[in-house]
Parts: sequence; structure tokens; C-alpha cells
Amino acid sequence: MEHTSLLERILRGIALALVVIFFMFPIVWILMMSFQTNETILRIPPQLVFEPTLANYTALITGKLMTAAGTLDIAFMRNLWNSVFLSVTSVAVALLLGVPAAYAFARHKFRGSEDIAFTLLSFRFAPALLVLLPLTLYFQKLGLANTYIGLIWVYQLICLPLILWIVRGYFEDIPADIEYAYRIAGHSWFATFRKIALPLAGPGIAAAGLLAFIFAWNNFVFALVLASADKQPVTVGALAFITSSGIQYGQISAAIVLSITPTLALALYAQRYLVEGLSLGAVKG
Amino acid sequence: MASLELRNIVKRYKSQTVLDNLSLTVADGETLVLFGPSGAGKTVLLRLVAGVIDPDEGKILIGGEDMTDLDAEFRGVGMAFQNFALFPHMTAFDNIATPLQAKHSSQGTIKTGVESVAKLLKIGHVLSHKPRALSNGQKQRTALARALVGSPPLLLLDDPLRNVDAKLRFEMRLELPRLLADRGATVIYVTQDYKEAMALGDRIAVMSQGVVKQLGTPEQIYREPANVEIARLFGDPTINLLDVKPARDAKGIYVGLSNVQVHLAGAHEAAVGRDCVIGLRPEALAFVDERTPGAIPVTVEAETPLNEKIVTLVRTVRGREILVSRPSGTPGQSEGKVYIAVDSKSALLFDRTSGERIGSKNVVNLRSGEAA
Repeated sequence: MEHTSLLERILRGIALALVVIFFMFPIVWILMMSFQTNETILRIPPQLVFEPTLANYTALITGKLMTAAGTLDIAFMRNLWNSVFLSVTSVAVALLLGVPAAYAFARHKFRGSEDIAFTLLSFRFAPALLVLLPLTLYFQKLGLANTYIGLIWVYQLICLPLILWIVRGYFEDIPADIEYAYRIAGHSWFATFRKIALPLAGPGIAAAGLLAFIFAWNNFVFALVLASADKQPVTVGALAFITSSGIQYGQISAAIVLSITPTLALALYAQRYLVEGLSLGAVKG
Repeated sequence: MASLELRNIVKRYKSQTVLDNLSLTVADGETLVLFGPSGAGKTVLLRLVAGVIDPDEGKILIGGEDMTDLDAEFRGVGMAFQNFALFPHMTAFDNIATPLQAKHSSQGTIKTGVESVAKLLKIGHVLSHKPRALSNGQKQRTALARALVGSPPLLLLDDPLRNVDAKLRFEMRLELPRLLADRGATVIYVTQDYKEAMALGDRIAVMSQGVVKQLGTPEQIYREPANVEIARLFGDPTINLLDVKPARDAKGIYVGLSNVQVHLAGAHEAAVGRDCVIGLRPEALAFVDERTPGAIPVTVEAETPLNEKIVTLVRTVRGREILVSRPSGTPGQSEGKVYIAVDSKSALLFDRTSGERIGSKNVVNLRSGEAA
């Protein structure tokens, strides 16, 4: 920091505050709404001062939605569990398949390797709806419709290309000489993969895993079509808040708060693995 | 125990032939220096021997055993990379220990092994550091220690002094031969520095464009280079190369240098009447009195003292520039008109078109390392 005048610092503070308010406003507003009843939310003009209530959260957790028209059963906690289960399992499967594949694509140029890698990436180009119709028909034939396995399988369309392409880049950034050195020291290729390549690509794997998790978590359309009520994640489950007696803004807000919590927690946790420059100083030049 | 034999090795990348039918034998305990410009195929050759890349054709025999199809981890060689290739997430100790761990040595054996080699290379105090906390010199020593620790019978050193500073390079150039001799290992040492090649090699293989252009002792390469290119690569200051057309008279074969007939000793019959290039080492030229037979008149252009020697740039009457080197403290003139004479025994003649040396006795002009 060089000499900054008081005025400059004040202006900078204001500018930063404005940016933070701009970006944080929706989240803060949702958080506030989650502690209000529908009536206070819909009051005009909106008010910053209100009496907080935990009713929205209790409704979600107990699964009893009170509306003007009566009590409605919702399966929000079940949806939340589905989201966690589907996302975690999908990312785990994608990591298990994608990381070794990424290593193979990064280190070995075999016939058609580029084509295969590109085909996998192209899964991301295709509009989901285009894929869904034939997929639904197949899944119904195969008995995979409305099963966790089926959903996890389809989620690979989201997770696998992401992990494959991000992690591949990280593997390629590891100088091959480092791996050669370990091989020459007398270790098998698998030991080299485990002890050298994996730790060095660690930050990349963490980043790719996190990103894949977020994409899987936020997925809506696959689950909407392929899963029925008891297998639906929160994204689809949120539709239940649009009831015959109006949209339950308070509960939706509470549901949003609850459903972004796991992703947020994971992101905060994974952050420390996202350190860059682990391979600094390995080789010269 | 660990001689190395390469038989007709061919390596291609796409349409480019990097190693062209190369054969080479390194005796047990010998240090062979692979010398050549970058892109000559030195590093590729080393990697083929290490087993990290496979040859397209040919055989690799280590200690008489065919290892062509064996993976790197089974060949039992030690290798130090030009870029060090240390494992960045491991401490220097763990880096050095990897070859011992691969042999499933006990913790105690690993500890003593690593510490003794670290002591030898003077890096005992930085064993707990990770590579990023090491200086370049320490990295290079760590890499070297890792190559040495398992006492491999065959050591491959890929220009290990390339990335260290001049002072350290000089130190290591003195240290390494002793270190390698103590180990008794067969060594292949890649370098682009002719001084390193001369200092370390029992023999030097000069490579260019994927073939061994000349194989011989440092002395042979220096005294009898196979072609102009090799003559130019060895020696500092660089050899003087002048276009001449040797002729014969009653006293023997001579070349005309600045209208002075300089008679050459040695067998140069084959060169008579051909367009040639004469190679004169700067130290084979001396300042002389004008009455000396064969004295060539020149003008001094510049003088550069280089500690142990003084290099003078002179110009002949025809305008050609010549470097003359003389030991410090010997008389010489730093300006004006002087005369120089040629030590005719050490003059080298090369064919002007092919660049090949036109041979006298003891010509060691080997293609692909066939025995002399």
C-alpha cells in the first residue's frame, strides 16, 4: 500500500460496500424471507423490520405445509436427502471413472484417444431435453426409470466430462519427467499414478469434484423427467411449494437456504485443497 | 557387470528420425560422454536406455541382458534429469529415498543410505526441505543423490549441470569425476559443454542429427576431429578455419596463407589440388620474428587477456581474421604489424564441400561407433 488519502480510502470502502450489497442482496433477502410468514413477505412496501419466525423451517422439517387451504404433506427432507445421495454418489462414481481416464488421456496418446475424449466432452453440448426423450424410453425398457442407479448413471453425463477434462489438464501440467524419475527409481506405473500423479493433481481433482457436485446438485431437468416423488432432489421438490392456494415464498426461501447449505459447506471445506502451485519448484524452467 | 550395448537403434517421431541406426557400446565402469548440439538425440538416447521410451527398432543390452522390452522400473539404472525432476510434494529426504523404498529396504537401511549419499553431496542439512525451498544447486545435488543412492550399476546423467550457475558448475566438474570413479558405475553423461565432456569422459561420442559422428577419447576428438563441425565445437577460442587449396612442391605439401607458402607436416596427400578448409587451433599459432621461414604478416586488431591465456585477434593482408592464443606472461605484441607462424604438425585439413577431415594417420572417423 502506498500513500492513500483518507478520501481515497472512504471512496474505496463505499465502492466495495456497493459491490458486496449488489451481489449479496438476493441471498440476504432470501435469508430474511425464510424467517417471515407469507403475509409479511408480500406486504407492500416491503419492510426490513419484522418478527422472525421459525415456522417455515419447522414446516419443512416436519413435512407439514400449512396453507390457507389446509395442511399439505411435503417431502422436502426426503428431497434433500435424495439430492445429497445423488450428488455425492454421482461425483464419487465420476471421480472413480474420470480420474484414471483423465490420466490415460493425458499420458498416453493411443489411437482415437482424442476422439473418445471429445465425444465425452460433447455430452455437455447436447441440450438435455434432446437426450431425455430417447433416454426415458430406454430407461423404461431397461427398468432404470425412477431408480437411483438410473439417475446416477444419467448424472454421469454432467459429472464425467467435467471431471475428465479439468483433471486431464492438471495431469498434463505435471512434467512427465517427474513420473519418469519415479519409474526409473523402481516403482510400477500404478505406484507412480498413486504416489506422484494423484497428489500433484490433487487441487485439480478437488476443483473438478466440487464443480461436478454443484452441477449435479443444481440439476433439474433429468430428475424431473426420470424420477418420481420419492427419488426427486430438492430442485424438483421445490415445485411442491407452488400450491393451489398460492406460492409459499417463506417456505421456498427456507428450502433454498437449506439446500444451498451443503454446497456452501463443501465449497468452504474444499477451498483449502484448491491451493495452486503445488508443483512449483519441481523442475527448472 | 553393467556394460551397455545399443544395437542399431532407430527412433522416429512421426516422420522425423531422431536416432538413425545407432550402435554404441559402453564398457563396464567406463564414463561415456554424449556430446552434441541440442536436437542431436542425446536425451532421447538416454531415455531409451532408461526405458521410459521405446525404440522403434534395435536392441538395448544392459550387462549383457536384453532389456529392450523391459519397463523402466526393472532396469535398475539411476538417472539424473536436466530439469532435476524432483517430486515437489516430498522432502529432499523422501526424494532421495524413493529408489530404496522401491527395493523395500528397511527404514534403517533407507536412513543410512540417504544420509551417507547426502553427506557425500553436502546436502545433509537440507534433507527436511521440500524442493521449492532448495536452491538450484541443492536441487541438482538432490537429483544426483537420488540417482546415486541405490548404487545402480548404470548411471544416466542428462546434462545435470545445465541449470546451475557457473561457479557451481565449475566445482561439480572437478567433483564429479572422483564421485563417479568411486562408485565404479558405468556412466553415460550428456552435455553440451565441451569442457565438461573433456573433463569427465573416458570417451566422448559426438552426436549430430541422430547419429554418432565421432567416438573417441577426448584427446582424439580434439586432435583429430572427424569434421569441421566437431573441430568447431571443441576448443575455446574456436578453431581458425580458412579456405585453402593445398599444392605440392619439392619440399612437400603446402598451403598458401597470405601469399606465404606454409608447408604442412603429416600425410596430407589426399588433399592436394582440392578445395579445402584448413583448421588451425589458436594455440598452434605463435608470434614469430619476420625472418622465420613461413612467417605470415598480420595486423593486430584486438587483444583479450583470459586469465591463463591471452587471445589476440589478427587480420591477414587479405583481410581474413585469425585468433592466436598464447599463455599469459609470454611475449607478444598488442598492436601493429606482427608475424605469425603455424605449427604445421597440428594443422587440420577438411574437405570444403563435405566438411570431412582429409585424413592422415590415426583417423578415427566412426559412423555409428564401429570399432576403430
